[in-house]
Amino acid sequence: MTVGVVVFPGSNCDRDVRWALEGCLGLPVTYLWHEQDSLDGLDAVVIPGGFSYGDYLRCGAIARFSPVLQALRHYAEAGGAVLGICNGFQVLTEMGLLPGALTRNAGLHFICEPAELRVSPGRCRWLQGYGEGESIRLPIAHGEGRYQCDPADLHQLESNGQVVLRYAGNPNGSVGNVAGLSNAAGNVLGLMPHPERACDGITGGLDGRALLASLGR
Amino acid sequence: MPTYHARVQVSLRPSVLDPAGEATRAAAQRLGVEGVRRLRIGKAIELELEAPDRATARSQLELLSDRLLANPVIEDWSLEIHEPAGGERP
Repeated sequence: MTVGVVVFPGSNCDRDVRWALEGCLGLPVTYLWHEQDSLDGLDAVVIPGGFSYGDYLRCGAIARFSPVLQALRHYAEAGGAVLGICNGFQVLTEMGLLPGALTRNAGLHFICEPAELRVSPGRCRWLQGYGEGESIRLPIAHGEGRYQCDPADLHQLESNGQVVLRYAGNPNGSVGNVAGLSNAAGNVLGLMPHPERACDGITGGLDGRALLASLGR
Repeated sequence: MPTYHARVQVSLRPSVLDPAGEATRAAAQRLGVEGVRRLRIGKAIELELEAPDRATARSQLELLSDRLLANPVIEDWSLEIHEPAGGERP
């Protein structure tokens, strides 16, 4: 199996994701430059964190129009496994593959710290390695991670079981404590925390391993 | 083909918290301007667009505003279009 990791100008967690997948979990990785328009033969695609296209206009707004994401839209709609981490989550909402938007943190600060999360795996295929209500700890590192959507949409997402990760302490002011969302089918996950930074016991715990390792099963 | 000058004003929707606007309002008070009751930060995009006529220019600018320049989940936009210099040619 092979996992594709998208690389935009301005991505900066692409190598971390590769290290976590290949170095920690033994899953082969190939980089996908943003101008590439084929995802043939890939078992999953990860949109990593960073500042795609310098975060110009809005986080993820320019990335949405790149050839690799035009291909990714078809890939996701056909049921392919897609994971968007941090800037990748922002990109998925800009594309409309996940609802809502990520906005400036309520306290204005860039927050870089471990965050306690509650997992509700539901149908999300990336989270089947965790139990319902399990508490995990993953690093967050973002300035624009405050999830925003209309109350009616939030209610719909909650009753649909799509709010799969919630902050225990809500560091950024997200509505509904949303830290991560799945699409209705469960093949697309977007989250602000960084599971790839929690796959090696030496550098930040192991709570992200089950998420990334779910690909290998 | 005439060139239309346009200005797109993008604002956060009223229901969306604007922490940067609140911080700026607090700074206005420190500057000694006590009366600022509301301050919201948006952005303005100025552009020049070649189009065969005004109706086409408007529909293209609306597409740009709605699908690229603003994110309608969190932002509203408004559009000003100025006639090309010398008036529109048929």
